[in-house]
Amino acid sequence: MKPFTYERAASPAEAAAAARRHPDARFIAGGTNLLDLMKLEIETPSHLIDVNGLALDRIEATPDGGLRIGALVRNTDLAADPRIRRDYALLSRALLAGASGQLRNKATTAGNLLQRTRCPYFYDGNMACNKRQPGAGCAALGGVTRQLAVIGHSEACIATNPSDMAVALRALDAVVETVAADGSTRAIPVAEFHRLPGDTPQHETALQPGELITGVTLPPPVGGRQIYRKVRDRASYAFALVSVGAVVQPDGTARVALGGVAARPWRVEAAEPELARGARAAIDAILDGARPTQDNAFKVTLAARTLQAVLAEARS
Amino acid sequence: MRAPDVATTRRDLVTGTAATAAMMAAPSASEARAPAQAAAAPRAAAAALAKVSFRVNGEACRLELDTRTTLLDALREHLRLTGTKKGCDHGQCGACTVLVDGRRINACLTLAVMHEGDTITTIEGLGSPDRLHPLQAAFVRHDGYQCGYCTPGQICSSAAMLDEIRAGIPSHASADLTATPQVTAEEIRERMSGNICRCGAYSNIVDAITEVAERQA
Ligand SMILES: Cc1cc2nc3c(=O)[nH]c(=O)nc-3n(C[C@H](O)[C@H](O)[C@H](O)COP(=O)(O)OP(=O)(O)OC[C@H]3O[C@@H](n4cnc5c(N)ncnc54)[C@H](O)[C@@H]3O)c2cc1C
Ligand code: SF4
Ligand code: FES
Ligand code: FES
Repeated sequence: MKPFTYERAASPAEAAAAARRHPDARFIAGGTNLLDLMKLEIETPSHLIDVNGLALDRIEATPDGGLRIGALVRNTDLAADPRIRRDYALLSRALLAGASGQLRNKATTAGNLLQRTRCPYFYDGNMACNKRQPGAGCAALGGVTRQLAVIGHSEACIATNPSDMAVALRALDAVVETVAADGSTRAIPVAEFHRLPGDTPQHETALQPGELITGVTLPPPVGGRQIYRKVRDRASYAFALVSVGAVVQPDGTARVALGGVAARPWRVEAAEPELARGARAAIDAILDGARPTQDNAFKVTLAARTLQAVLAEARS
Repeated sequence: MRAPDVATTRRDLVTGTAATAAMMAAPSASEARAPAQAAAAPRAAAAALAKVSFRVNGEACRLELDTRTTLLDALREHLRLTGTKKGCDHGQCGACTVLVDGRRINACLTLAVMHEGDTITTIEGLGSPDRLHPLQAAFVRHDGYQCGYCTPGQICSSAAMLDEIRAGIPSHASADLTATPQVTAEEIRERMSGNICRCGAYSNIVDAITEVAERQA
């Protein structure tokens, strides 16, 4: 790990000011992704701003009947909150399908949204990676791509976003709230939060340098059967090969977001009416334009079968 | 490093080696740096030190550490509490599980300086050889290990895991999200998946935990 200086911020304004003073700083929340990457010297901040004292650890009702989740609410507490379990079961389920009990106790809402890819070549400092070193090339393209993206990728990067939580937030139309280093605030729909790689895979989200996530808001509950189905190489404590997050209404209409297939949770609202023609037709529409590799072509079939299982469960 | 002699125990040797490694990776104020060593390994940026105080197993500790020191390394290398193990150092195995303010976490993925004012319990604080924690006794009774390396993490993890069930926290294995979770083998297996046992003692571990859970119920 590279040496770094460390400070604790006591308010979002203090954290923003610290980020202005140290352009090379990172915020640290649970630390479960950042420290992992710092040990490997994939992340090399010279300064850490500890945001754990920011009092952003509550889940509050919003005036329109939704919920605001503080950036520092731990994944365990979010999944266990009675309002989330009752009205946003998809979110509880997605969180509980991720990582381990120990990790969920530390992992925060903001940190989870900002966790970086698990592309094995990104993790291996000996391999070329445009995300780590823009312009270096991508060792994954032409390498082992079984776990990597089938859609939305580019010639520069074929990595996926590994977050289960983000898939649920995408299906639930959540909005990310931030405060920039200059103190201004804004709201970014989760749909626009994660970027596709294009020519600049190093830019993964809509956040500007030093911009702090303060919370995530959920619109009023939408009801329906809410199901998260994650398919992985072992039954627990593994990242998704493919996951399906769905909210299925009694009339059969549904929202569907996919995990494990792209650099962001993959949802195509315009394709959702295709669900009336069955899971395969829906997946063909949702993954229209997919360019799977030989290694990961199975993900398209797996997505269709997983969606089929989800729809069957919703009917039962 | 001092030359090992016949009387040196394995533990002394391991401690000595670990301390030397820790000194090279993370010099602290109290560990004088030899000038020759500093000259041989020029550093791009100097290590930064920070102070932190927390309670470990009931005792107040004040440390001045290289900011890079994980809670795991602070416990093992600085406080010499070597019950907590380092398996992967990347959050993947659970050997380093400790309780912070009663919650289980991976001590390898958190910085010691982030724990100002916290209350930390390690396996040494959960029980002692003459006053075993019920889970420690049950692991012995059920042979919940072979080599024992993962065991401190398994026991700390299971102690907090049973509290999580009692607190009504659901899991991936809970059929009904809104119901009160039950202690079943399936729930235990899912909730303990963050603790890997290379020896594969899983079925005996589940038996040990089940026995304690039933007695506590
Ligand atoms: C072994 C292992 C298995 C895992 N399995 C899964 C899995 O199956 N599914 C899954 O979804 N995840 C999984 N994870 C990832 C885990 O969910 C993330 O590590 C965690 O959610 C990150 O949250 P954190 O608070 O610890 O983030 P940190 O590590 O503290 O931060 C992550 C990033 O977010 C930034 N950041 C943090 N807070 C803010 C803020 N408020 N504003 C702006 N920036 C901020 C940091 O600067 C950093 O860049 C796994 C992790 C491990 C180690
Ligand atoms: S796929 Fe992306 S993250 Fe993986 S090696 Fe290529 S550029 Fe890096
Ligand atoms: S040593 Fe911490 S999880 Fe493996
Ligand atoms: S007893 Fe050997 S690793 Fe678990």
